[in-house]
Amino acid sequence: MSLKTPLARVRGLGSAKDGTHHWWVQRLTAIALIPLALYFVWLLLGLAAADHGTVRLTLGQPFNAVLMAAFSIALFWHAQLGLQVVIEDYIHARWLEVTLQVLVRFATLLAILVALVAIGRLAFTG
Amino acid sequence: MSTTKPQRPLSPFMLGTHYRFQLTSVTSFLHRVTGIVLGLGAFGFVLWLHAVAGDGVLYGYFRDALASTPGCIALYAFAAALIYHLLNGIRHMVWDAGWWLELKPAYRSGWTVLVLTVILTALLAVAGRGGVA
Repeated sequence: MSLKTPLARVRGLGSAKDGTHHWWVQRLTAIALIPLALYFVWLLLGLAAADHGTVRLTLGQPFNAVLMAAFSIALFWHAQLGLQVVIEDYIHARWLEVTLQVLVRFATLLAILVALVAIGRLAFTG
Repeated sequence: MSTTKPQRPLSPFMLGTHYRFQLTSVTSFLHRVTGIVLGLGAFGFVLWLHAVAGDGVLYGYFRDALASTPGCIALYAFAAALIYHLLNGIRHMVWDAGWWLELKPAYRSGWTVLVLTVILTALLAVAGRGGVA
């Protein structure tokens, strides 16, 4: 227990600078996901009865490929931010918390790359 | 100082008996649960994308799995989670803007989200029935 006041302890250390960054990006990706998720559901409904070849051709069209890539990036970015908060709130063993945070970061990044490569294959190779 | 522990009911056991559920906390909890479900389900979606780009073997597994009864149930569960999370997410953004924060609009919007989730999931199930089989 220090006798220093909280103000004296933080003075000179500077601000963290990114206090609202997480909150803001979570909202930004959420706003992007409203139209993108609706588009995604609408697209899947249209493909429900389609065969593999039709699904390939549809997803490979430039319009769909771009929106699908945007949806994948926004989705996993938003998921990472959300899961991060859930882990921060409920996992109290420090080693497990850090391990899960690293795993979620890597897994979501990898998922974005898998999505982009798949969409790229559909868009560029037919 | 007394060394005996006071016999007070603790958090999880208080739910329902000593602690009344509120719509606001239930909808908040559901937002997290559906968020986790969708976040994990997103990895299934990306695997499906990978299957679509592939030669068709993995895609065939997906097609059969999604056409099966458990697959259909999972698909509708994801749809319900997505619709709820999307609607309640809009509710959260309205709160962020400073509106609907009083008890009455908070409850009204909560019920609206729940009722709309049921209606829209049912509509989606009807719309998707033509194809999934």
